[in-house]
Amino acid sequence: MPKNPNIKKVLVLGSGPIVIGQAAEFDYAGTQACRALKEEGVEVVLVNSNPATIMTDKDIADHVYIEPLNIPSVTQVIQRERPDSILPTLGGQTGLNLAMNLYEQGVLEEYGVRLLGTSPDSIRKAEDRQGFKDAMEEIGQPCVTSKVVEKVEDAVEFAGEIGYPVIVRPAYTLGGTGGGIAYDQASLEEISERGISLSRVGQVLIERCIAGWKEIEFEVMRDSAGNVIQICSMENIDPVGVHTGDSIVVAPTQTLANREFQMLRSAALDIISALEIEGGCNVQFALNPDSYEYAVIEVNPRVSRSSALASKATGYPIAKVAAKIALGYTLDEIPNAVTGKTTACFEPTLDYCVLKIPRLPFDKFTTASRTLGTQMKATGEVMAIANSFEGALMKAIRSLELNVRALKLEKLEGLYTDEIEELLSQVTDERLFVVAEALRRGVSPRKINSITKMDIWFLDRFQSIIEMEERLEKGKPDELTLRLAKEMCFADSYIGKLCGMTQAEVKALREEYGITPSFKMVDTCAAEFDAETPYYYSSYEGENESIPQDTGKKKVLVLGSGPIRIGQGIEFDYCSVHSVWALKRLGCETIIINNNPETVSTDFDVADKLYFEPLTAEDVQNVVELEKPWGAVVQFGGQTAIKLAKALTDMGVRLLGTSSDGVDAAEDRERFDEILNQCGIPRAKGKTVFTTQEALDAAHELGYPVLVRPSYVLGGQGMEIAYSDRNIADFMKIINQTVQEHPILVDKYLMGRELEVDGVFDGEDILIPGIMEHVERAGVHSGDSISVYPTLHVEEKHKETILRYTKDLARAIGVIGLINIQFILYNDEIYVIEVNPRSSRTIPYISKVTGVPIIDLATKVMLGQKLKDLDYGTGIYPEADYFAVKAPVFSFEKLTDVDTGLGPEMKSTGECLGLAETYPQALLKALKGSGLKAPKKGGRIIITVKDEDKQEIVGIARGFAEMDIQILATDGTCQALRQAGVEATRVNRVSEAHPNILDMIQSGTVDLIINTPTRGRKQDSDGFKIRRAAVEHSVACVTAIDTARALLTVRELGRSEDLVPVDITKI
Amino acid sequence: MKAALILENGDVFWGKSIGGTDTRVFEMVFNTSMTGYQEILTDPSYAGQGIVMSYPLIGNYGVNHEDNESSRPWAEAFIVRHLARRGSNFRCEGTLDDYLKQYHITGIEDVDTRALTKILRNQGSMNAMITCAENFCVEDLLPQIRAYRVSGTVERVTRKEPEVFPAGEDKRFRVALMDFGVKENMIRCLQKRGCEVTVLPAHTPAEEILSGGYDGVMLSNGPGDPADNAEIIAQLRKLYDADIPIFAVCLGHQLLALATGAKTEKLPYGHRGGNHPVMDLAEGRAFITSQNHGYVVRGDTVDPAVAQVSHINVNDKTVEGLRYLRPNCFTVQFHPEASPGPEDTEYLFDRFIASMGGDR
Repeated sequence: MPKNPNIKKVLVLGSGPIVIGQAAEFDYAGTQACRALKEEGVEVVLVNSNPATIMTDKDIADHVYIEPLNIPSVTQVIQRERPDSILPTLGGQTGLNLAMNLYEQGVLEEYGVRLLGTSPDSIRKAEDRQGFKDAMEEIGQPCVTSKVVEKVEDAVEFAGEIGYPVIVRPAYTLGGTGGGIAYDQASLEEISERGISLSRVGQVLIERCIAGWKEIEFEVMRDSAGNVIQICSMENIDPVGVHTGDSIVVAPTQTLANREFQMLRSAALDIISALEIEGGCNVQFALNPDSYEYAVIEVNPRVSRSSALASKATGYPIAKVAAKIALGYTLDEIPNAVTGKTTACFEPTLDYCVLKIPRLPFDKFTTASRTLGTQMKATGEVMAIANSFEGALMKAIRSLELNVRALKLEKLEGLYTDEIEELLSQVTDERLFVVAEALRRGVSPRKINSITKMDIWFLDRFQSIIEMEERLEKGKPDELTLRLAKEMCFADSYIGKLCGMTQAEVKALREEYGITPSFKMVDTCAAEFDAETPYYYSSYEGENESIPQDTGKKKVLVLGSGPIRIGQGIEFDYCSVHSVWALKRLGCETIIINNNPETVSTDFDVADKLYFEPLTAEDVQNVVELEKPWGAVVQFGGQTAIKLAKALTDMGVRLLGTSSDGVDAAEDRERFDEILNQCGIPRAKGKTVFTTQEALDAAHELGYPVLVRPSYVLGGQGMEIAYSDRNIADFMKIINQTVQEHPILVDKYLMGRELEVDGVFDGEDILIPGIMEHVERAGVHSGDSISVYPTLHVEEKHKETILRYTKDLARAIGVIGLINIQFILYNDEIYVIEVNPRSSRTIPYISKVTGVPIIDLATKVMLGQKLKDLDYGTGIYPEADYFAVKAPVFSFEKLTDVDTGLGPEMKSTGECLGLAETYPQALLKALKGSGLKAPKKGGRIIITVKDEDKQEIVGIARGFAEMDIQILATDGTCQALRQAGVEATRVNRVSEAHPNILDMIQSGTVDLIINTPTRGRKQDSDGFKIRRAAVEHSVACVTAIDTARALLTVRELGRSEDLVPVDITKI
Repeated sequence: MKAALILENGDVFWGKSIGGTDTRVFEMVFNTSMTGYQEILTDPSYAGQGIVMSYPLIGNYGVNHEDNESSRPWAEAFIVRHLARRGSNFRCEGTLDDYLKQYHITGIEDVDTRALTKILRNQGSMNAMITCAENFCVEDLLPQIRAYRVSGTVERVTRKEPEVFPAGEDKRFRVALMDFGVKENMIRCLQKRGCEVTVLPAHTPAEEILSGGYDGVMLSNGPGDPADNAEIIAQLRKLYDADIPIFAVCLGHQLLALATGAKTEKLPYGHRGGNHPVMDLAEGRAFITSQNHGYVVRGDTVDPAVAQVSHINVNDKTVEGLRYLRPNCFTVQFHPEASPGPEDTEYLFDRFIASMGGDR
């Protein structure tokens, strides 16, 4: 069936801010689908509150609304744009739920908007636990014994029938939020209560625990003619029990014989046929490792994290094909873009092995529980491709950027074997390494299998890596040994470490042996058909298929940003992709290296060539030696890319833009201080230290409070404000847990207003698209602050100072291209906090609000063009007519034991934007988008703040009280408020008699908690308990005075009914 | 032990010996299936051929007695990237390496199977040799390699005596299954649909079949060039002229086409794998099929007064199925019995049952 001619204007919903369970994969899918729709001449209207996405660019959609993803705002967009259709399956669970709500509330019917693709009935069947079970029963597909309950008592009764342990899964939540395995009645009561409160429909599923079974996934596709195909099979190395988002996953399945494989494949196709899915769908199975017994775990009738992985693993563009199916095409009518000859109606076949490892945030959240379960905790993932499982594993480990270069965690070496064996039963992100260490100690694969249930085949592969390590430890390797080690993708540096040679010696030796990398193509068809996809992975054998062509164009290498982690998110993919597009427009041939399967940058048609490789110097060098690029770009891929600046320079690659020396000048404390002195720019006084004693001395000299942090870090990693000697001792201990190559910085802490700029410098002139002001004062990481553009409280003279400082610094550092600077306005003076000679988190949103294509300009400048010849002038760009407020979004409900109190270390996973003509409206939109609600009139808030804040909180509390909001406060705060004449009700502290503050939070009658944390990392403090209780009961909790004030502003001045959606393509 | 794979075009790939160590010459073909190596090895259609597995990790789940498609492996040689030293699966009874050794199937690993696949794709099917000899002169060997031709394979693989398989459930039909190199799953697909299956040697005369009281005849898959089987083709013509229901697969499909006047030709490099899309023209639906064939019925030689093309390959538009105008006779090029591969077209067996008067 060809395209339905009645589809002319389609509404696409994005997935909103990045949170754990919903990351860049939806930008990848959404961008690909929007381009597919436009290719068909369809007008695309896009709504997404996340400004860091590529899908919210005017090149991708015709009308772009960066608006909260809720019913009122999307309804307004529908009223304005009058789309004829909506495509609900691209925006993750958020987009799907919202589309279903719009449908159920009659909005779609009222405005004549049809749902494309899978019907609402089918979506409901797949999403609703009971509905799904019934549907599966009807077609004879086994589900795990389970029951949907709405009350804790019913959960307990059912668990009594089927026996413990049981798994609790809340209905309609992200990444299994609030679920878990209950081993007894007490834990069941706790988990099910939480799950019921988090579920959109107040339901949880209690099911038989099949932990230890194999977890197998299929990506499948169906069209309106009923054609069904399987695109990719995936096997989780971690058996059932660990969320698939937190599992190490291999594609295709490795341990299933054809019979089991076909049994599950047929089941997956039967399921999507019965559900009448039209588009892509993910089906998850549990398979008993000792029989043919299986159970359907879950079906996701939409694009997903797994579909992104499957697309990258196979080369099959799932989102694009799904979009075309939604328009009415059948699979056999859609061409296979990879081969150009065959159609989308076939099943990709792989001739390589793909491995995904999740990127968990425990390097940032050092106190968080590392235990993995049914609740997803990973912020991102890496993927690696190789000819062997061993090779894919070694590459993926390197790609994680966790200072681990092989299947070995050095900290485990010091443990006794019985301790290692004990650790085997603990399911954490480090279990892979524990298993390897156990094998190294001679624990048999059978025994490890009996504890971990990891399949013997995987354990044998780990074993073969360890055997290779042992072979290499014998000294200088012979040709065969070195060849086999390289085929397993051992890094030269690791080989050198094992056999006592330097990295350079290993490289020289293998070149002597003729062992050099060759690149193989990902072509969807295992070479059966001729393909021209420019998508490659490295191997150390046979034919090299990536032949550099002399196109006469300048060839530029763009380094991506690797896995998404806290502090380095989707915005760097935005920058990388835009840089590639800019370079293409400038007539360059572009090559991208990246390893993140969730991103747009790793879509095979973004750059002229894509290398899916780890971003280490050695892996990059392999590409460099083959391609011999004219230049390389490191400014756009976050810290991951900038870290490679020196290595690239050493390889003789021309760095476009700022040189590696410039990068060093900005990051080396002493050189940077020297530059500040030269330029006469003040900064907070500081010292560099290595030991705790030196830190204490520095703190005493500077005077408390001081800021303590390692240099060369991301997102304020390990940064804390110290108020006492004890704080210093605590922080230094944590920082020094990982070996520090660079000194630790101790700075005087200035409590002022934080300002931030991004600038483009061409060697002569600077362009600052906009100055941003943070709502929270210095001390809260810029990524966690609410940020406002244009500034509200910055005088003209200070703006001029900022312009001058930015230009002077850019010149002194030798910046060509981007510079990002954070300033503090303190006592009427501007201080510099930090300079980053690279792209930043704020570039996507500032680009969109101001209309200045920052990345495009920076790329042009890096290639030698001058700002004065470009269209956007120099100096500070005129302020936009709109206020843009960026609000951070956190994923605290996914991470137990993480303190939600904000500080210098970044904790947010994503952000959303509010865009409006006035500040309060923009703020209101941003907060709505972020899910932070201001208390309602007649509502209740709890205030409990540290002594330093008691004076300042009075005005805020009074403001709320005047709006008929009841104030509850703990003893000290309550007294302070009453003394100031603000009416407040005293509430018992955590340690006091019931009902106390925790009971109040649990009761669900509180709208907001204002709690400013006392510093330190104590997990047993009252404040920590209050903040965690708030997260667990979904009560808004703000931990900075300034955020509380912002909420008051919104309550006083923001009126929901005044909000008007803004099409940013019209700005 | 080192082993060498010498191609007809003079290319030599060095690797490691697996399985048997006898020198073998064969027609080299590639298969893109990611699972099912044991079924592939024991598929008699591969008689005379050496198989390159394009998926690099082979032997992961070992071998077992249930996954054989015939009494033994028929492939001449087996070429893989990585062979697992140990199989892991609840049904695993041994390693693939031991299995290859047991049946003297010469194999090689550690070769660039993707490069081999590309050579076959670009240069077409070709012969090759695997040898463990230390010293050899490629030029001296090439004439022998080039001279090799797959022949007489149906005679080699077919049963010598009829064999009867009881119906899986209530017996409703008696089916004669012509064994040109039959895969056992074909028998099982019939058994579980209430057929008592009599598997007959390839050269069983038509008269014997027609007088056997069967409700239908199924023509199996098998190896080699279909045109080499003139005697069998003549017998099939007689079956065709009778009114007994006929269902044929792969070689059977080609033989019946030849018997009714159509011609076959060799494909450049064949279809072997589990991901080939086939369009059922009557239903307007595409199905993913399991395939293993080097020859194909030429669509332009099918007499419209005899048969209509019922299925085509979505990729290269070649003939994948014929519906004869004579009642109750249809044939397909692909493998509805799968094993290995997708089972999406097993419904064709139901169609055959219907043609014999049963319920679909």
